[in-house]
Amino acid sequence: MEITLRVNGSRRTVEVDPRVSLLDLLRERLGLTGSKKGCDHGQCGACTVLIDGRRANACLALAVAQDGSDITTVEGLADGDRPHPLQAAFIEHDAFQCGYCTPGQLCSAAGMLAEGGPSAVTEDMAADPALTAEEIRERMSGNLCRCGAYPNIVTAIAEVAR
Amino acid sequence: MRSFEYARAGDPADAVARFRPGAMYLGGGTNLVDLMRLGVAEPEFLVDVSRLPLDRIEPDGDGLRVGAAVRNSDLGAHPLVRERYPMLARAVLAGASGQIRNMATVGGNLLQRTRCPYFQDVSKPCNKRQPGSGCPAIAGDHSNLAIFGHSSACVATHPSDMAVALAALDARVHVTGPGGDRVIPMPGLHRLPGDEPERDTVLAPGELVTAVHLPAPPPGASRYRKVRERASFAFALVSIAAALDVAEDGTVRDCRIALGAVAHAPWRCERAERALRGAPAGEESFTRAAGAELEQARPLPRNAHKVPLVRNLIVLTLLELAP
Ligand SMILES: Cc1cc2nc3c(=O)[nH]c(=O)nc-3n(C[C@H](O)[C@H](O)[C@H](O)COP(=O)(O)OP(=O)(O)OC[C@H]3O[C@@H](n4cnc5c(N)ncnc54)[C@H](O)[C@@H]3O)c2cc1C
Ligand code: SF4
Ligand code: FES
Ligand code: FES
Repeated sequence: MEITLRVNGSRRTVEVDPRVSLLDLLRERLGLTGSKKGCDHGQCGACTVLIDGRRANACLALAVAQDGSDITTVEGLADGDRPHPLQAAFIEHDAFQCGYCTPGQLCSAAGMLAEGGPSAVTEDMAADPALTAEEIRERMSGNLCRCGAYPNIVTAIAEVAR
Repeated sequence: MRSFEYARAGDPADAVARFRPGAMYLGGGTNLVDLMRLGVAEPEFLVDVSRLPLDRIEPDGDGLRVGAAVRNSDLGAHPLVRERYPMLARAVLAGASGQIRNMATVGGNLLQRTRCPYFQDVSKPCNKRQPGSGCPAIAGDHSNLAIFGHSSACVATHPSDMAVALAALDARVHVTGPGGDRVIPMPGLHRLPGDEPERDTVLAPGELVTAVHLPAPPPGASRYRKVRERASFAFALVSIAAALDVAEDGTVRDCRIALGAVAHAPWRCERAERALRGAPAGEESFTRAAGAELEQARPLPRNAHKVPLVRNLIVLTLLELAP
């Protein structure tokens, strides 16, 4: 089937089999290997991209079902040569070790910062809580890091959230 | 993954008209695509209903109407849901991850399938996946499976958090299909396994969930609590949605209790509710009510821990809600 997407600002029209995930399309057809495949089951977050500005697991998204959508991958976060504030903060705070989870962490954090509202650890559902370390941990729980860089990831995100 | 055709439906009638044997509706795909990759689901045709114009949350009488294509994250973040149905907002936010909630739809969340390990493993027999092949969970790993309402054919649980809150809120599920429209009161959408564990719900082939109607919120305080193996991003071992309304004289005027991860359907605790109405709101009544419900529990050898878990969760949650 033929689908058209905007990927990191450019229009891409591709012919895809309905079985292909958005993740495989990005990595194998469009050469955007920043998004990683950790589990292929929605459990690790390494494949996180923004679909129409909202974070999503590209491994569980069928490419055909995204026809007409606007996709941002880690390759599209920076503004030209200027890294995204989250990218700068991750470097500044040493928020990675092997780096495999990092593209997913960055896209997830970018989506998360735009979300607002309560989370599962918020006491009052009607409130819009401040992004404390506890709130950031809960909101980022869909991104696993097998190197355990969590403390620095939380610090980096907290700096950008301020 | 087996090959299949894909089409995006324009409206609910179009979705139903396109449905044919071998077809499945596709919501956010967070459960279905996973099961297709595992070989558990093998649809020949996917009718995408995730972009149907059923994505609104609107006041409806003294309640709220939630479209079936509303994303879980939008449900949990909606001001009217947070203010009037905080139990529902909390249940939705306790499920999955931020990414998955952005993709998952209300219809798909209701119709997600069990996380029984054998159901997800096509190298194993499973009556739900392959009727008549047997249930290895009964003699095997059933540590997170049912203690209520199971059968000798299947001991699976329904994993949704949202559905537990909907069961406590007396929500009604609106459905359209080849046979017309109908309304199903929760928790009646999901069935007990009996001798047909392959059927999770009372829906007929081709029936499409279009909306969930929430009646006026129950009076009094309410809460959703989830017990799990880690603090976030894990399915429930047991969960509870409860509401408690206490009269001036300290007796229980009304209450709602529903449990998750203990049965093939969200489990509404009618016996406990009956035992509580009119009783003094205190630890003694709460313990008695939990006991009344648990009289009908039939724990399996390796999930008997769920019995004290349920008892403590009911008592602690009601104590928290009592004035
Ligand atoms: C890693 C992981 C962790 C998770 N943790 C939790 C958790 O803690 N708590 C929890 O509650 N859930 C959890 N989930 C499950 C998640 O909530 C469900 O996958 C999601 O809600 C399904 O919604 P969907 O729109 O993606 O459905 P889909 O995957 O698209 O569909 C699911 C089923 O519903 C059917 N369907 C979809 N829409 C309709 C409709 N309108 N009418 C009729 N049938 C329809 C489909 O045919 C399919 O059978 C988790 C999932 C993952 C992958
Ligand atoms: S409990 Fe149900 S889903 Fe699990 S193996 Fe038995 S029949 Fe299958
Ligand atoms: S690869 Fe998508 S969540 Fe792990
Ligand atoms: S930095 Fe190695 S997995 Fe996170």
